[in-house]
Amino acid sequence: MGQQPITFLRQVVALCCYPQLLESPSFPEDAKQRAQRILQDCGGQSLGSYSASQGVECIRQHVADYITQRDQGVPSDWNNIYLTTGASDGIMSILKLLVSGQDTCRTGVMIPIPQYPLYSAAISELEAVHINYYLDEDNCWALDIEELQRAYLTAKQHCQPRVLCIINPGNPTGQVQSKKCIEEVLHFAYEENMFVMADEVYQDNVYSSDCQFHSFKKVLYEMGPEYFNNVELVSFHSTSKGYTGECGFRGGYMEVLNMDPQVKVQLIKLLSVRLCPPVAGQAAMDVIVNPPKEHEPSYAQFTKEKSSVLDVLAHKARLTERILNSVPGIKCNPVQGAMYAFPRIFIPPRAIQEAQARSMAPDMLYCLKLLEETGICVVPGSGFGQREGTYHFRMTVLPSPEKLKVLLGKLKDFHLCFLEEYSQEEPQLSRSSQHQHRENSKPDA
Amino acid sequence: MSSLQDVNPTVRSIRATTSLQGLAACVTEEIARGAKKPFQQVIDVSSGDPHRAGMAPMSFVRQVLAACIYPELLKDKSLPLDAIQRAQTLLGACSGGSVGSYSVTPPGIPYILKSVAEFIMRRDGGVNSNPEDIIFSSGSQKALSLVLHLMASGQGETRTGVLTPMPCPHTLPTLLDMSGVTLVPYQLTEERGWAVDLDELHRALKTAQGRCSPRAIYISNPGNPTGHVQDRKSIETVISFAATEGLVLLTEEVYQDSVYGKGRDFISYKRVLSEMGKDYSETVELVSLHSISSACMGECGLRGAYIEVINMEPAVMKYLREMHASSSPPVLSQLALEVMVNPPTPGDPSYKTYSQEILHSLTTLSHNAQRACEFLNVLPGMNCQPAMGGVFLYPRLHLPPQMVEEAQMLGVEADVLYCQRLLEEEGVCLGAGCENGQESPNYHIRLCVLAPPDTLEEMLARLSSFHLRLLDRFP
Repeated sequence: MGQQPITFLRQVVALCCYPQLLESPSFPEDAKQRAQRILQDCGGQSLGSYSASQGVECIRQHVADYITQRDQGVPSDWNNIYLTTGASDGIMSILKLLVSGQDTCRTGVMIPIPQYPLYSAAISELEAVHINYYLDEDNCWALDIEELQRAYLTAKQHCQPRVLCIINPGNPTGQVQSKKCIEEVLHFAYEENMFVMADEVYQDNVYSSDCQFHSFKKVLYEMGPEYFNNVELVSFHSTSKGYTGECGFRGGYMEVLNMDPQVKVQLIKLLSVRLCPPVAGQAAMDVIVNPPKEHEPSYAQFTKEKSSVLDVLAHKARLTERILNSVPGIKCNPVQGAMYAFPRIFIPPRAIQEAQARSMAPDMLYCLKLLEETGICVVPGSGFGQREGTYHFRMTVLPSPEKLKVLLGKLKDFHLCFLEEYSQEEPQLSRSSQHQHRENSKPDA
Repeated sequence: MSSLQDVNPTVRSIRATTSLQGLAACVTEEIARGAKKPFQQVIDVSSGDPHRAGMAPMSFVRQVLAACIYPELLKDKSLPLDAIQRAQTLLGACSGGSVGSYSVTPPGIPYILKSVAEFIMRRDGGVNSNPEDIIFSSGSQKALSLVLHLMASGQGETRTGVLTPMPCPHTLPTLLDMSGVTLVPYQLTEERGWAVDLDELHRALKTAQGRCSPRAIYISNPGNPTGHVQDRKSIETVISFAATEGLVLLTEEVYQDSVYGKGRDFISYKRVLSEMGKDYSETVELVSLHSISSACMGECGLRGAYIEVINMEPAVMKYLREMHASSSPPVLSQLALEVMVNPPTPGDPSYKTYSQEILHSLTTLSHNAQRACEFLNVLPGMNCQPAMGGVFLYPRLHLPPQMVEEAQMLGVEADVLYCQRLLEEEGVCLGAGCENGQESPNYHIRLCVLAPPDTLEEMLARLSSFHLRLLDRFP
């Protein structure tokens, strides 16, 4: 999407890939030092050797250090860290691990609506039970604890709710949950013995000045030892988001807390079937958790690049929100974090009817037409889940501000036409003949 | 808290592994922390991991990848011109010109799918290959699991079964367990260099009756870990058997680049199939697998593989292509694949180095395999079939009965006990035959012989020392 990679990350991975470059004067010392440290822990000092299935040891240690620092001292044990092939690999593995039981004892997995479809797809594939809990659109997509409880109680009748998934910051919604909210969720998890999966891949993408990222782990810790030592919690992170956007590397990690030792044995066994995550992706993850420090040569440039990416993202988030909200029939909640806008769109009844006649979701019809008429590709809300009778689409805020303005302008025009096209009671007339018709039917003065 | 009962029964059913490599890592750690051992460092040759054993990566591959990762290097005069040009071409094929973008379509980067198809056609003397039949993944385990996942169904006697050679790659049994399919073993004939035997295939199929529903047959050629290379007739036999019994053929051909046995060449299942007449070539469902974990590349850690799927019903193929959208293969490994299938050619600046490196790899492999085989065959209580390709040797152990008893008491397989002791006493990590699916009283060890010759010699010396001491202990 035009976002520039972070120079330091690319330097380190290039050095790991072709260590002859360690002799080159074109690479800074701190990048070389990182690469050497990583290679030291690789078999034959090569990215080409299988790593242990949990990942390269020093990288796991760096991840633990990063988490400890991020959470202002809450200790992190590197033995609880697993490097993964993107966050998806970790998420799929944990879900796979925990699905069991038959009929009314079948594992139920609570997922937010709207959600990133990997979860619903995984649940279907594993034949677990979907337990949808609706995020509160009127309240900036906040998690409503009563809704969580409602969903849980209803589900309990036909399955065994075991897993609770949360995406914070949210995808597609972008909401950043408050500390209080996270506490309520963890308290709920404690009470009901739920295994919490906290997808925190957007932890570096918080734009709203009213919001702050609170890690589930830190909040859990602050709730005291009874919670911290008991609630089962897995947190996920990835190289694909944040300020690095390195999706192609397939780097990620998960930190697993309070897992029963026998269950952990099963998890390790499951992970070793796929041998190991791509070592280059592990190296990329290392750089993210172990970036240049203040006294290091690359610090200045790194910080500049990072701020630039995040500042621009924040700007684009605000820009998108503002423009979308200026369109009649579109309402967009504040994009507090992540990389998406998920506006609600008003779809006239006639369009809904047409969609039904064409056996597609109304927002799918909208998105198809948008694509056909403007070339803009967005994803219909029906792909992520939404309250019955509401329609949305998700777009990323990743294009450059200039492109975004053009794009959003076209979207606005399209939307207005769309509303008009489907608002008529009679069969569609062209705009000029509508105008003529109105002119002709004006009563004589 | 979740307990063992809450764990997915399929996950629980995955057989435990021996953790020999984990043990090796522990020993290495102990040495790093200053522990005194009778050896200075651990030699781990239990996996097909040439880099771990000390072999160097191919320069051209790493140069291209480095320039793709850090495009500033495109201006670097120290990199050969063809590496730079290749990097430029490949970056152009990546979304947004960056290795950091997701591949635009789930099966893989279109330009590279096409390169692989062209490679296959060249390799197979012109037999057509369609890029749409090719899917990339992060490693061959992942690739296989995609196919197995689609095939797995049923319970009890309707549960999908997969005919699996004994011995098979040590990573396969757990993969089959995880995929929820039943392993139906067919024995390879050790006395004939681990050849495939048709009667044995039929026998194995019979044993499956009432137990499961065999739907596929897996075979690796060159054999992993056996090193057996099938001739055309043998391949035709297997294809014909698959056709008659309605089985999907899963062929793993990762070591196709490393046939060193005299008078033997690699010929792909696809090529043989295409030359068997329409009754076969248009009906037998074939899934061929290749990866960058091959002998000459040895890029196991980069995790890159492809499958080519022939004669699969379009509706099923559609699922296969779209199914793993959430697990798109890493871009770097796709680039490495491209270089593997499309290496420097005569006239290119890097050709000389490239061909020297290939030659060095193959010569080392061939020399080591022969040397090790001869060496091991001299040892009492050890018997090694000569290998013709691949990176492993797989000698048979004739262990003293007391050792077998001791193993039983300790609750481990005797070959595992052998390997554990070897590791503790001599710092050599080998694979145990039970990991390759074999059962007592067949005991084997598995060793990767693609290593620097010095390392091989050192490893053989230590192994011999241990082995002779063991036999002394139990006369």
